[in-house]
Amino acid sequence: MARVVVDVMLKPEILDPQGQAVANALPRLGVTDVSSVRIGRRIEIEFAGEADLDRAREIADKLLANPVIEDFDIRVTEDA
Amino acid sequence: MRIGVVTFPGSLDDGDAARAARIAGAEAVRLWHGDPDLHGVDAVVLPGGFSYGDYLRCGAIARFAPVMESIIKAANGGLPVLGICNGFQVLCEAHLLPGALTRNQHLHFRNRDQWLRVQSVDTAWTNGYTEGQEILIPVKNGEGCYVADERTLDALEAEGRIVARYIKGNPNGSQRDIAAITNEAGNVVGIMPHPEHAVEALTGPSLDGLGFFTSVLRALAGATAGGQQSGGHQ
Repeated sequence: MARVVVDVMLKPEILDPQGQAVANALPRLGVTDVSSVRIGRRIEIEFAGEADLDRAREIADKLLANPVIEDFDIRVTEDA
Repeated sequence: MRIGVVTFPGSLDDGDAARAARIAGAEAVRLWHGDPDLHGVDAVVLPGGFSYGDYLRCGAIARFAPVMESIIKAANGGLPVLGICNGFQVLCEAHLLPGALTRNQHLHFRNRDQWLRVQSVDTAWTNGYTEGQEILIPVKNGEGCYVADERTLDALEAEGRIVARYIKGNPNGSQRDIAAITNEAGNVVGIMPHPEHAVEALTGPSLDGLGFFTSVLRALAGATAGGQQSGGHQ
């Protein structure tokens, strides 16, 4: 078993209203020194055998991320 | 004329879309997401709803449904396709239309009757309107904020591919007030508000939505009579 982690984030120029809502809530926790929050998604893919990064990249590009609005990066984790 | 209406798991407005097609005078043909056969339909409507629970991103999983493989191929060959709400999201995910639909800027689900201005009447689905016509149809979405890069937006404007804009208030923060767009050929249209909910006095705020369904019948009749695809984009 091998685990590949895919992180998907909105591109910097795309407005993230969820992140803004979280940032706006932080003063209520007494936090005043955070200037920005952006929210993404972490996806873990388990391969039955060897981790196949090319395959993972294809999955991320075709399905997990929408390249129009999102960037992704992928890595193999050691703790699988 | 036969208008196909696709049902995905989680589609909501397939029944209303089929009914609108019938009221316009077409035969409504129900298409199933798992069946790649388009059953000889002359046009296709992708209805509103929450296909596959809106998991991952709205429309992202529906795009890979067996029926979509056939629709993508047929749309590239000129088949008229109208995506309403979730259907618009599916068309963007399938790259039949540019850009993407994201969470409403104010984060609230918006459900109200909405004024639009029809900007392009050169499509298979809007040839029955007049340019600049103001219409009132329901909008109901949580992820209807249209975004694209500036170059794409400029191209859409320059090529007359913005089909309708929100007027008297933008319900979701869409860039340049975009409510509906079309592809280069004018056969594929995506619209966030719901024309199929405005086809009868009893249930809608107006009859303004019926024009989408009568337009495609006219485009198809023209294509048959003239031996070429009408509704093409200039």
